[in-house]
Amino acid sequence: MATAMQLPAKQQLGRRVSTALLLRPRLLLALLLVPPLLWLGVIYLGSMFALLIQSFFSIDEFTGMIQRTLTLRTYTELLRPAHLDIILRTAAMAAAVTLASSVIAFPIAYFMARYATGRAKTVFYLAVMLPLWSSYLVRVYAWKLILAKEGIVTWLTAELGLGSWLDALLSIPIIGGTALSVSYIGTFTVFVYIWLPFMILPIQAALERVPQSIIEASADLGAPPHRTFRNVILPLAFPGVIAGSIFTFSLTLGDYIIPQIIGSSRLFLGQVVYIQQGTAGNIPLAAAFCVVPIAVMSIYLSAAKRLGAFDAL
Amino acid sequence: MDSAVRFRNVCLRYGKVVALDGIDLEIRSGEFFGILGPSGSGKTSCLRLIAGFDRPSDGTIELHGRSAAAVPPYDRDVNTVFQDYALFPHMTIEQNVAFGLMVKGVNRRERRSRAGEMLEMVRLEGLGERRPSQLSGGQRQRVALARALVNRPSVLLLDEPLGALDLKLRQQMQVELRSLQRTLGITFIFVTHDQGEALSMSDRLAVFNRGRVEQTGTPREIYEQPSTRFSAEFVGDSNIVERRDPDTRSQEQGVFSLRPEKVHLSTREPVADAHSISVTGEVADVQFHGASVRYVVSVSDGRSMTAVAGNLGSRAELPAVEPGARVWLSWNSDDLHRLRESESR
Repeated sequence: MATAMQLPAKQQLGRRVSTALLLRPRLLLALLLVPPLLWLGVIYLGSMFALLIQSFFSIDEFTGMIQRTLTLRTYTELLRPAHLDIILRTAAMAAAVTLASSVIAFPIAYFMARYATGRAKTVFYLAVMLPLWSSYLVRVYAWKLILAKEGIVTWLTAELGLGSWLDALLSIPIIGGTALSVSYIGTFTVFVYIWLPFMILPIQAALERVPQSIIEASADLGAPPHRTFRNVILPLAFPGVIAGSIFTFSLTLGDYIIPQIIGSSRLFLGQVVYIQQGTAGNIPLAAAFCVVPIAVMSIYLSAAKRLGAFDAL
Repeated sequence: MDSAVRFRNVCLRYGKVVALDGIDLEIRSGEFFGILGPSGSGKTSCLRLIAGFDRPSDGTIELHGRSAAAVPPYDRDVNTVFQDYALFPHMTIEQNVAFGLMVKGVNRRERRSRAGEMLEMVRLEGLGERRPSQLSGGQRQRVALARALVNRPSVLLLDEPLGALDLKLRQQMQVELRSLQRTLGITFIFVTHDQGEALSMSDRLAVFNRGRVEQTGTPREIYEQPSTRFSAEFVGDSNIVERRDPDTRSQEQGVFSLRPEKVHLSTREPVADAHSISVTGEVADVQFHGASVRYVVSVSDGRSMTAVAGNLGSRAELPAVEPGARVWLSWNSDDLHRLRESESR
């Protein structure tokens, strides 16, 4: 105590506060947790619930006013065939984008995690992250030019004598169109391009955690490389694939810019929410549409859990 | 006896680092072979070459008389117990043990029964449905053993398998591994940095140092007749005695190893006789080890020697001396073992 008395008053106060907190760990924990929890609870989740509750209101078709009584009317409207079409189209696109991203991302992530060292690893990280540092809109518009009828893809395929292949691709019903930039193929390509980093990084992180000795153990026990891949590497990387697919799947479900700039005029979920909320002013229906991705993701994750995706965690 | 593994002038280099530098080694079929050395001496590199994870930069490796150069790990009749056990975290214990059988296409029923037998052998019956993360270190070690043995390999490699276990469990596993090896008749190649473990478990062992084999032999040969200064000091304690007197005959000159338990300590000057040599010095330290007492004695020109006396109870009295006391150390000249001067590199 004698030495503490000699300390300057200010420092002494700081010490006393430190000691007081040290002796009351719960108080310290509360002080540390309250601000982020407030943010998460009120601003993050609260605003979402505020939106969701709107989906249980309805709109008066004559006045256009929102009737604040709880009803499921909006949901019956949501299930109209035209709306179901949009939901299915978006979910199918999200599934296709997720599948393609994982197939493209896996070898890249595998190389990054298991072979690249030092400088090569840094270069790979930069190559994967670099596109994320430039504007999303600019990149989407760039793709519109690339995929346009007068764009580089058409020109290059013609130069290589593959023009007929491109025409054949574009003549496929539904996914084709008059040019890549106005077809689902174009929308799909750009989605895969934009979301790919979100698939590569989680898979890479998962593979990074697989010790070399486990892979050697598999070979040691008699598994040739393809069996090691199927029975050891893939199951251990699966949580990473699922984490990546949560990004690609949900981001595709909610995006309204890419399908608006590149693709046919048929609508995707995000665009409908945008239109209903903005132009049409039908906030309850927009809110109901917002529930769809949440429901789809819940179904997707519980299916993934059933398949044992999280067993390795 | 035919050889299970034979190294002929094997070198292994990673860039500029030389991990193994001209290893010649023969491991006989059915023996418990110890590989002993400090960390970085090339023991694990040696195992990795036998398992097939690495390829030698130079030299050849034969498994049962056939060159292993073109044989990948999954086609070798060799299984490994890894230092970190390397159990598959996404599989149950039973699936782990049955993995080798599964990739070989053994049907489910036989897989289950053989995995069950193995788990019984390592006394883990009933834990087949658990995950590796739910087991203790000792249990995981047994699973790794069962998983490697289920394939009935001709050679089992063990890379410091007891390193992570506490002393009691370790001693118990040493006994179990030894009896398992005798029952199965499989060649065990056991890597360790623990000299006690290597001496007590191996039929024969090789002492590794800086990527070379210092000495091979039975534990007794290595202990009683260390051939190099490194062997003498790494395996057990040794007093290194240098005799360079110009007066003595040439065969009595050189560097010798003398085991501390062969040094007799007394508080009175011993009676001189033809075979015994004695020196006098001052006790620097007395360490009580329970079964024995270790005396560190400063002798002439600043060197110190160690003597160990067994705590034999009523059969022999322990010299009761304090640090600072004047004592005499004596030994029989037959117990001096001449060392080859270690090749300098």
